Amino acid sequence: MDGFPILSLMLLVPLVGAAICFFVPAQTARMVALVATLVDLALGVVLWASYDIGGAQWQFVERAELFAGFSYALGIDGIALMLIMLSVFLMPICIGASWNSVTKRVGEYMAAFLMMETLMIGVFAAQDLFLFYIFFEAGLIPMYLIIGIWGGDNRIYASYKFFLYTLIGSVLMLIAMFWMVREAGTTDIPTLMATDFPAGAQNWLWLAFFASFAVKMPMWPVHTWLPDAHVQAPTAGSVILAGVLLKMGGYGFIRFSLPMFPEASANLAWVVFTMSMIAVVYTSLVALVQHDMKKLIAYSSVAHMAIVCMALFSFNVQGLEGSMIVMLSHGLVSGALFLAVGVIYDRLHTREIDRYGGLAINMPKYSLFFLLFTMASIGLPGTSGFVGEFLSLAGVYQISSWVALIGTTGIILGAAYMLYLYRRVAFGEQKNADAAAMPDLDKREWAMMLPLAAAVLWMGVYPESFLAPMRADIEWLDQRLEAAAPAGDAHLSEPNPEAAAEHHGEEAAAEGGSHQ
Amino acid sequence: MIEIIVFAPLLAAIIAGLGNRMIGNMPAKIVTTGALFLSCALSWPIFLGFMTGSETAYVDPVLKWVQSGGMNFDWSLRVDTLTAVMLVVITSVSALVHLYSWGYMDEDPDQPRFFAYLSLFTFAMLMLVTADNLVQMFFGWEGVGLASYLLIGFWFKKPSASAAAIKAFVVNRVGDLGFMMGIFGVFLVFGTTSIPEILDRAPEMAGSTIGFLGMRVDTMTVLCLLLFIGAMGKSAQLGLHTWLPDAMEGPTPVSALIHAATMVTAGVFMVCRLSPLFETSQTALTFVTFIGAATCFFAATIGTTQTDIKRVIAYSTCSQLGYMFFAAGVGAYGAAMFHLFTHAFFKALLFLGAGSVIHAMHHEQDMRYYGGLRKQIPITFWAMMAGTLAITGVGIWFLHIGFAGFYSKDAILESAFASGSEMGQFAFVMGIVAALLTSFYSWRLMFLTFWGKPRWIESEHIQHTVHKTPEEAGADTTGGYHPHESPWVMLTPLVILSLGAVFAGAIWSHSFLDSAEFWNGSIFYNEHLIHAMHNVPTWVKIAPGAVMLIGLLIAWNNYIRDPDAPARFVGMFGGIYTFLKNKWYFDELYNVIFVKPAFWLGRKFWKWGDVGTIDRFGPDGAAWVVAQGSRYAQKVQTGYLYSYALVMLLGLLAAISWIMVR
Repeated sequence: MDGFPILSLMLLVPLVGAAICFFVPAQTARMVALVATLVDLALGVVLWASYDIGGAQWQFVERAELFAGFSYALGIDGIALMLIMLSVFLMPICIGASWNSVTKRVGEYMAAFLMMETLMIGVFAAQDLFLFYIFFEAGLIPMYLIIGIWGGDNRIYASYKFFLYTLIGSVLMLIAMFWMVREAGTTDIPTLMATDFPAGAQNWLWLAFFASFAVKMPMWPVHTWLPDAHVQAPTAGSVILAGVLLKMGGYGFIRFSLPMFPEASANLAWVVFTMSMIAVVYTSLVALVQHDMKKLIAYSSVAHMAIVCMALFSFNVQGLEGSMIVMLSHGLVSGALFLAVGVIYDRLHTREIDRYGGLAINMPKYSLFFLLFTMASIGLPGTSGFVGEFLSLAGVYQISSWVALIGTTGIILGAAYMLYLYRRVAFGEQKNADAAAMPDLDKREWAMMLPLAAAVLWMGVYPESFLAPMRADIEWLDQRLEAAAPAGDAHLSEPNPEAAAEHHGEEAAAEGGSHQ
Repeated sequence: MIEIIVFAPLLAAIIAGLGNRMIGNMPAKIVTTGALFLSCALSWPIFLGFMTGSETAYVDPVLKWVQSGGMNFDWSLRVDTLTAVMLVVITSVSALVHLYSWGYMDEDPDQPRFFAYLSLFTFAMLMLVTADNLVQMFFGWEGVGLASYLLIGFWFKKPSASAAAIKAFVVNRVGDLGFMMGIFGVFLVFGTTSIPEILDRAPEMAGSTIGFLGMRVDTMTVLCLLLFIGAMGKSAQLGLHTWLPDAMEGPTPVSALIHAATMVTAGVFMVCRLSPLFETSQTALTFVTFIGAATCFFAATIGTTQTDIKRVIAYSTCSQLGYMFFAAGVGAYGAAMFHLFTHAFFKALLFLGAGSVIHAMHHEQDMRYYGGLRKQIPITFWAMMAGTLAITGVGIWFLHIGFAGFYSKDAILESAFASGSEMGQFAFVMGIVAALLTSFYSWRLMFLTFWGKPRWIESEHIQHTVHKTPEEAGADTTGGYHPHESPWVMLTPLVILSLGAVFAGAIWSHSFLDSAEFWNGSIFYNEHLIHAMHNVPTWVKIAPGAVMLIGLLIAWNNYIRDPDAPARFVGMFGGIYTFLKNKWYFDELYNVIFVKPAFWLGRKFWKWGDVGTIDRFGPDGAAWVVAQGSRYAQKVQTGYLYSYALVMLLGLLAAISWIMVR
């Protein structure tokens, strides 16, 4: 594969597909989109297969100098590889989810999705700061259109909110980027990752990037765009939004904030911890009282992303790897949950939880998939959710037992709101004749659910496949952070020999006493 | 070999579960039950091998699981004496429960799903007991939780069943929070999650301190207590017990397998598995003893007032688990495991017997509507009798012969007394009182069910069957209903378990209680305590039997000799009765302090926080500001030359003064 521009090809294929989609009738557009995304998936598999684990940090590098130091530079490490795989894996499923449910302006819709794919891959593959920025921000546009044109009744408000939030953060990031490029004299991300910026400036730069990533994540209290965006977005839009777009915030932290500003990250970790702790409890409780399925899952996403945030700033390997696995897992699981909602929305055209009930009777196969994804969402061991949450929280515990405790309450609250949802949808009597008449999964829906279920179990039982490519990069990052890493709150003391002896003495006395 | 034992039930669960209606009832039943009998047949030789000393402990690696920095844990199967004990308990009871369910679930339309869940549960439980690291133990721990959730909610159309299922899962998760934090702490302190390594190095860390939630605490104490919170959840100990009685919403075979014999004992197993760790913290052990003793008393008090036959046995289970915990707390891990072992047989027997009664009485579960069933269902009666004799610990102390519970419960009480600690004495007293209560409620159950006049016609289930009201039936309180003995598939397990309830104590008491070679290092073995246990004063040895007789006499007096006595008692002590009948008001309390505030807070955060504050001052506020701003900007556009000139002049002035000051 040496020298073959596979990343550019992966960017190009959906782009060409998008161009074609504009000019062809609806059914052809669907086929074109499906073929394009499947080709990209195949290329992704080739990419993963030929990625050399333990080889160079940056692989499949492409570089073309453009103007004024700005270059078209692509290249991936293990972290980017995994996120690209997530994107190309979800895309064909999204096209499948839109197959019948989208009937107006199909060509444009498919084109928007394909452009979305190009931009997502671009974000993870970009090695030039400004190229990254372009991909990162341009990604807003197709999603804005998807929500605003193909969304629900209140789509204009939702898309406005989505755009406003995400754009304001980005402006600050752009200013910080200009300053960094002037200071370091390069736009090359790998070089910047190893650059030590002056400690005084780091805090400001960190905050500027934080403004953007916190919104994307989204962290409390800048999360309120997410529930509205999800509720109004079409099913596939929600899948991509939850599956990939939310991961850009986490990717931003792990690619920029942590390696470029390690000291600021350590200084300001308390900000992240505070916001994340609030988010876990707050959004979980809000999820508990939702009547709208999509809103419930959206709030659960915020809670999961809070675990990612706290784990990213735990400054150890478990936390970093755990947060990556949570991101990948959440991409699959929340995507699958939104699909599951989409499946019944397509039948009954309501997201109101109370309209359903007893689906386990007439849709047993659907209920089984829904159960699996519910369990993965609440982190049942054996599913992907557990591996991520467990490593994340184990990492967080090493830095602060308080943060870990509050984060771990998420496993209780998560179980409460997800099982409460599942109970109201799948269990109970069939309350509604329309809901009771809904047919079980058809072949197309099977084809969407099955790969997701398989991936969720794979990642839960043998996460090594996903951890191995990232291992070297996480270790590199861990070392980069080592100097700045704050000490945890454990301060484990060496056992006091005197006290230990006394302890034994007491025991012996007690035993002696029991003799009599 | 061990792979077959563990994975055969999983394979069967997958075949039956995914095959479901495609393969039909009979193949699903054959595959799952067959797999369990296979596992059972392979487990007994291992257990007997450890008894005779021909087997040695080993670990069988299966698959890599997670490697993250210094944190490594793999899928592997550990076999040692402690595992072997659990293997025979789990596979034997599970196989018998599978068989029993052929009869009990015969009319259910969803049988493949039921059998798949049962086998899935067995797999998860086997993974739990074969774990070589804490994380795999947690996998089994949560896996059995999932199966329990699915089986409690098996009749998911009933709102009470799905509510009980959620409650079981969420309350268990509270315990799991402790377990997870415990694992994190163990990893932080020891840098590993491998159980043998932790146990090896635990004594080194005794006496060290660690920062935890801003406090400075003893390292081993905090680790043990966190892990123990997990055990409290799974084993339904005081405070986290509220899910267990509700779990009786599940089909009765499930109650026998999961909520009596196996899953709920996982907490006891965990404490025994980690016994060398717990031995490093006296504070933690004292706490374990206290919780166990308090639970055994508190659950027994509630058991005396319940009228639902399954709930009586459920509280009895809760109480017996308390015995096991305080045994572990005073250091008698062998006695704790022995009681776990014998309890599995006689409690499964009692539940399956109760199931047989329920089956005969057309799904009626209220003992007030039973009576006089002794002659109608004699095999069930004798099986229940064996179970009752075992749980109440009937035996002759000077000959040292008795039913299973006689050996294990008396050993626990004697150990508590012999431990010499204050908490041990407290546990002994609580245990003796609970033994009296156990005897009372167990015999009450027997007398109400099998003796006296039939009161069947008052049951709605029976009325429904015989199409009569109590008035129409008149003096014939049977209503003309004829209970039938259960089919042989249900009676066979009862007979086999009866043998266990009668003989298991006598056969294995030496190995479990007195033999360090038998345990072979798989649990912490306290030679001194064993010695002291055998030398307790005679009155301590007689006491359990004496209180058992008192309990029997009270039950006999109140339910056979003078059936009006309970009503008089309620009249005199209405307060106590209501308090016990309402289960010490735990559910009501938790509802007020946890459930309602959670929903209230959720609504407030949503309506006041998100909508009322963040959106109002965030995006909506920004939109408002822009709209207002443009209105002001409009006003500035006056079109009058002099106002523009004035602004220009002011600007010029500002610029000049800035340059000059600079």
